[in-house]
Amino acid sequence: METENNKSNIIEISELNKWYGDFHALKNINMSVKEGEIIVVCGPSGSGKSTLIRCVNFLEKFQEGNIVVAGIELTDDAQKIRKIRSEVAMVFQHFNLFPHLTIVDNLTLAPIWVHNETKEEAREKALKFLERVDIREQAEKYPNQLSGGQQQRVAIARSLCTSPKIMLFDEPTSALDPEMISEVLDVMVELAKEGITMICVTHEMGFARKMANRIIFMDEGQIVEENDPVNFFKNPESDRLQLFLSQILTHDE
Amino acid sequence: MAVNELQSTRKPPISQIGAILWLRTNLISSWTNGLLTFASLYLLYIAIPPLLDWMVLSANFNFGTVNILGFEIKFSEVMADNQNCGRDAACWPYIYEKFYMYIYGFYPREESWRPDVVYGLTALLFVIVRLVRNYKYKNRVILSMIVTYPIVSYILIAGGFGLLPVVETHQWGGLLLSLIIASVGIIVSFPIGVVLALGRQSDLRVIKLFSTLFIEFIRGVPLITILFMASFVLPLFLESSTNFDKLLRALIGIALFQAAYFAEVVRGGLQAIPKGQYEAADAIGLNYFQKNALIILPQALKISIPNIVGSSISLFKDSTLVLIIGLMDMLAMVNMTSNDPYWLGRETEGFVFVTMVFWVILYSMSRYSRKLEIRFNTENKN
Repeated sequence: METENNKSNIIEISELNKWYGDFHALKNINMSVKEGEIIVVCGPSGSGKSTLIRCVNFLEKFQEGNIVVAGIELTDDAQKIRKIRSEVAMVFQHFNLFPHLTIVDNLTLAPIWVHNETKEEAREKALKFLERVDIREQAEKYPNQLSGGQQQRVAIARSLCTSPKIMLFDEPTSALDPEMISEVLDVMVELAKEGITMICVTHEMGFARKMANRIIFMDEGQIVEENDPVNFFKNPESDRLQLFLSQILTHDE
Repeated sequence: MAVNELQSTRKPPISQIGAILWLRTNLISSWTNGLLTFASLYLLYIAIPPLLDWMVLSANFNFGTVNILGFEIKFSEVMADNQNCGRDAACWPYIYEKFYMYIYGFYPREESWRPDVVYGLTALLFVIVRLVRNYKYKNRVILSMIVTYPIVSYILIAGGFGLLPVVETHQWGGLLLSLIIASVGIIVSFPIGVVLALGRQSDLRVIKLFSTLFIEFIRGVPLITILFMASFVLPLFLESSTNFDKLLRALIGIALFQAAYFAEVVRGGLQAIPKGQYEAADAIGLNYFQKNALIILPQALKISIPNIVGSSISLFKDSTLVLIIGLMDMLAMVNMTSNDPYWLGRETEGFVFVTMVFWVILYSMSRYSRKLEIRFNTENKN
């Protein structure tokens, strides 16, 4: 913990407010993430946790507040947004692979078109990442020929291909059949051990307990509680977190 | 209870297969269905035999001696003329006599090899596209063909540039003109349509408004009106000294008309693309053009193939309207040739012939689109 305090903040969010029409989706969010930190964000559905991480790479616009990512402040400037997006990768609940491209083409797209790598370089790197998520042999197939778990692992490999500093996970296991969840979590654990900065929106409390440096609990657009995993589960302070934990953990233990 | 051995498979019961069952399920599954079957059969019975009689059995095939690819084929001693051809059945020697007019219009006979070469090139184009399907540089080959084919075709058909004698556009006619109008209309309007479709989806208000206004204006007006406008109103805006070709005016009108329809077809495809595809493309850092060119359009256009081809087929059929502004396409040739004093009153043969030619071309187009659909759909196999 001592060494982590010396590291600089890679994400700095201050006084963030967001509305969908009249609906106040995020309320005065303040949060900072240090380099290499693993943050898990949890909370009931509709609590704004997905919206929060989607603001970090500007998939959602926000009306008030500041977000600084890797030293770049988020504004409407398209150049800056693309620059941030090349530092921040995102893994979606529904994978969002490109169905008209083969697996390997899915992976090489951004390196070739955004990072100006040659086809050969990009392909070599893509195959290396596919190897890492253990689906090298599926490289020439199309996404729809793969199982959900395999598709999500491809999606993770795709986001690694641009060597991001930060990875955002938006409920990466929620759309998966139960028997496929662990294969995706295994990959995420590997990544966490390698020291990449991660923000995960997830209901996988096992993963949170084991890997997270901090867990953030959100409800109704606010950060309600924030703690290290041990105290988060042992000594929840707010009533809402106690309720949430009691609902989510009864089936686990 | 537990089952340790899997049961072996067997065929369905005999009463559930075979011709009788097919009859029972498809033609006479119920009283009303059976009644409809017999009514349809009766309709076919009263329609088909007379048609067959008119077109083939009683028809006149006295072409005289025909030379096909160097082989002399003798149908009769002399070719039939309008008088001894008979009025109760088709007189195909009329079509034979006027075949050149139907296919080339008033294109000079000694130059007719030029359209022939273009027809050949067009066929070759489809063969090449098929052959290079798995070739590494197929995109380059196809792109270079897309660029060179129209230029070569134009030089061949129009002449000029000091290479070939000029053939004025008013001499173009028949099937040649129909195909030129349809293919130029489709090829020119398609990119415009795609841009309009993207424009209508754009976040930029002005572009969105312009695209929407353009599309809705054109779609709210019949093609004939557009052709009249292109033919008579457009020259008013332009310098009268510039001799603005009549065919070119019609082509501009048709291209704009078709662009609006393509735009709506493509927009339908765009709307079918899940939001996640846009988000994923954004999240990996693609810019607007890359996102559309690499991710969105390839998928949207693929879904739109049946509608794009359907719309193209409509355009090909609508191209016959150009006879109203005095262009002599294949349909116009029916009146033109049956006004010939020697072949007076043979419109029926002409219309039947033109119908058959249109049907063959359009049905091939629709089959081709079906094949494209199946081929592009391979990635959705599970």
